[in-house]
Amino acid sequence: MTTTAHRSAAEIGRTAQGPRPLPELAAQAVAEYPAVVDTVLDNGLRVLAVRRPSVPMVELRLRIPFGGNEPTRPATAELLSTALLTGTEGRDRVQLDTDLALLGADFSASVDPERLVIAGSGLSSSLPKLLDILADLLTAPAYDADEVARERDRLVERITVAMAQPGTIARKALQRRRYGDHPFVNEMPDAQDVAEVEVEAVRELHTGFVVPRGAALVIVGDIDPDATIADVQRGLGGWRSETRAVEMAPLPMVTGNDLLLVHRAGAVQSQFRFSAQAVPRTDPRYPALQLANLAFGGYFSSRLVENIREDKGYTYHARSSIEFTGSGATLLVDTDTASEVTAGALLELRYELARLVANPPSKDEVDSVRQYAIGTLLTSTASQAGFASQMAALVGVGLDADWFRGHPGRLAEVTVEQVAEAAMEFFTPTAFTGVIVGDADLLGKRLSAMGGVELP
Amino acid sequence: MAPPDLHRFTLDNGLRVVFAPDRNIPVVGVSVHYDVGFRSEPEGRTGFAHLFEHLMFQGSESLEKLAHFRHVQSSGGTFNGSTAPDFTDYYEVLPSAALERALFLEADRMRAPRITEENLRNQVDVVKEEIRLNVLNRPYGGFPWIPLPAVLYQTFPNAHNGYGDFTELESATLEDCASFFDSYYSPSNAILTVTGDFEVSAAKDLVAKHFGDVPTRPLPPRPSFAEPPPSGELRHEIEDRLAPVPALAVGYRLPNPQTELDAYLANVVLSGILSDGDASRLQQRMVQHDALVTDVSTSCGLFSPFEARDPDTFTVTAFHPGEVAPDAVLSTLDQELDKLAGTGPDPTELARVTARWTAELHADHDRIISRTLALGAAELLHGRAELISELPARIAAVTAEDVATAAKALRPDSRAVLLIKPAGGAE
Repeated sequence: MTTTAHRSAAEIGRTAQGPRPLPELAAQAVAEYPAVVDTVLDNGLRVLAVRRPSVPMVELRLRIPFGGNEPTRPATAELLSTALLTGTEGRDRVQLDTDLALLGADFSASVDPERLVIAGSGLSSSLPKLLDILADLLTAPAYDADEVARERDRLVERITVAMAQPGTIARKALQRRRYGDHPFVNEMPDAQDVAEVEVEAVRELHTGFVVPRGAALVIVGDIDPDATIADVQRGLGGWRSETRAVEMAPLPMVTGNDLLLVHRAGAVQSQFRFSAQAVPRTDPRYPALQLANLAFGGYFSSRLVENIREDKGYTYHARSSIEFTGSGATLLVDTDTASEVTAGALLELRYELARLVANPPSKDEVDSVRQYAIGTLLTSTASQAGFASQMAALVGVGLDADWFRGHPGRLAEVTVEQVAEAAMEFFTPTAFTGVIVGDADLLGKRLSAMGGVELP
Repeated sequence: MAPPDLHRFTLDNGLRVVFAPDRNIPVVGVSVHYDVGFRSEPEGRTGFAHLFEHLMFQGSESLEKLAHFRHVQSSGGTFNGSTAPDFTDYYEVLPSAALERALFLEADRMRAPRITEENLRNQVDVVKEEIRLNVLNRPYGGFPWIPLPAVLYQTFPNAHNGYGDFTELESATLEDCASFFDSYYSPSNAILTVTGDFEVSAAKDLVAKHFGDVPTRPLPPRPSFAEPPPSGELRHEIEDRLAPVPALAVGYRLPNPQTELDAYLANVVLSGILSDGDASRLQQRMVQHDALVTDVSTSCGLFSPFEARDPDTFTVTAFHPGEVAPDAVLSTLDQELDKLAGTGPDPTELARVTARWTAELHADHDRIISRTLALGAAELLHGRAELISELPARIAAVTAEDVATAAKALRPDSRAVLLIKPAGGAE
């Protein structure tokens, strides 16, 4: 490829000295998790403040449970989260963004069937002003008719674009397959439902459901936690409501079922999305489940990735993860493979699930995933933003920073036998349901003949 | 922004090393940047630099296939690599106890990667799946980074698709791999960056122990990729059978980031003034006032700023409803650029961009992986890792006149316009 002389690949791969030994690990400094000041204000808002002064910034995560059953809810909620940042009674859209930008700050809002999250960050010196702006958004949002109408039109276009993405199609199909018509399946509303939302409905939803009681605000950064609590009391004390934020209705258990083939004409790649019931972090079986899942497909060195990517070359990406939903949890297995190897990938996925039960993770496999789980907890909480997001997720399921402190110890105690137990309990192939999105004209006959696949 | 505690030295084999210790977190970041990216791959081998990045994970003299991943992860770490136009980076973030292990892993593959026919065929398959996932099986796949340079640039290094053509990926040989490695993966063509929780003199010894005997090789001269800017508007339309709505991208040439850094920084500020936040010019005009587009964004750099040598690209992308003509979007863009070229931004606009940039740089610095990669890339492209901590002050020093000058240079008679036309088939 170049004109210079070069060695052969075989010559490049060896030296006179030969292979060298892998260095041992040195002693590990323990992560110090700073104290969390955790309090409930008299308006019912829980506030958790943590000092992490690594950079002169502050991260905010406001999590408001946002359950609801009305058929119009998903579309209204999506429009609320999109229009929230378009202004308040005292600040129009441009003023709001200017005020935030001058503080080095940005806010975003996102909603799903479980919760509304307002996330933000800014220079830590500006925290009191950031809290004033947050209070303004919560207590005096404008939802100006023109702004809401414009955001509604944009949202319709964006949903149309999103629904052309195979990943979105697959997620939607999986949700229906495992939960039927539970509100949890409505993570992305239909474009036509959004088109019918009136501005008054958005305002009513905000008044009725964007409330402090039951919500939690996590603040992490270069701050004094006690002073921060006082700042929040001053800034957000006027955010009041008699009602309490609504949790999503409990989810039914995921039960095993045939895989549904979802037709996508002309697709060159197929999406596999499988799911089974699991247990959440509060369950004593969770640490063993976490390790079993990692060994199966939860990290690159897992059985699934080493098989279907590094051995077979069927995929770029394959993963198994634990999804936390309300008070429960599920296993999610996903990969994307070329149409011509889709049947082969299904065979290997089923094989690896059954193998995890029949031939559970060895001591070496368990030791590896244990170190990985402990190490990545350390690295993922090393930044302000990482710590804030993890804290907000824990608080949402009734846990707090004690969980970070205790979890390495819990992982250290898990035995190889407990991992094998968890594999047997949660990875039975017939416990899974799921979907395959792909070109059914190409795939249907063979997949159907493999059994356990329902054609579209 | 507080400058990191930087230490810099060079081994006898030419490996340049940057240390940025930070004892406040019990983790380390390790990266190696090689001074070769997809602009350097030869004609007939599009996608080769990225394919070769995959092969560098496939084992080395002391490490069987899969061992690299297993050793990083069983030490509690994470890893990845990426291929850019002008460099390829490899990196790990680990608990600090694993620092020596990470240095060992990087040194072993710099010294003697094990490149076999079987692994080459396997990774060609994996890369093809990556391209199906990110480009072929989705709407707007690779937009605009793959199709826009093909319109703006005329020479192969700048214009070609860095992900590669399937036929050319399939025709890659072991011989190609050996030649590429010996040409470009010498220690004298690389920068090792270590950040986080370590002691400087002990880490220096570890670097010497593991990298010291990696043999150096002569480097091919780095070619210039310079080419003249377009002398007109170059326009191209692509039919996308998966896209539900039209999109467009505009590409302009940027000042040379190495030799005209201040002019380049004026474009960074210009991009913020044009499209960052609801108070930016294009969001106000195109989204809120005229409702011409659903989304609009601009970027100084094809991916992000400070990640390439010359020539680099200023990009504008927009998604718009089918009933809006692309020329309406383009003429509005030109009007807004004319306004800025005439009177420049006001002081509040400059202050907004400066404050958001400063905050963003702090947040990036707080993530050890972003910090490691930013320092390594700045050392490679500019020879100065400290540039990262100087950026807030240099951004703040950009004046209204500088921004006006930058806006004036984004001319309709010297640009590329790429139109994405929905071509049915979407559900």
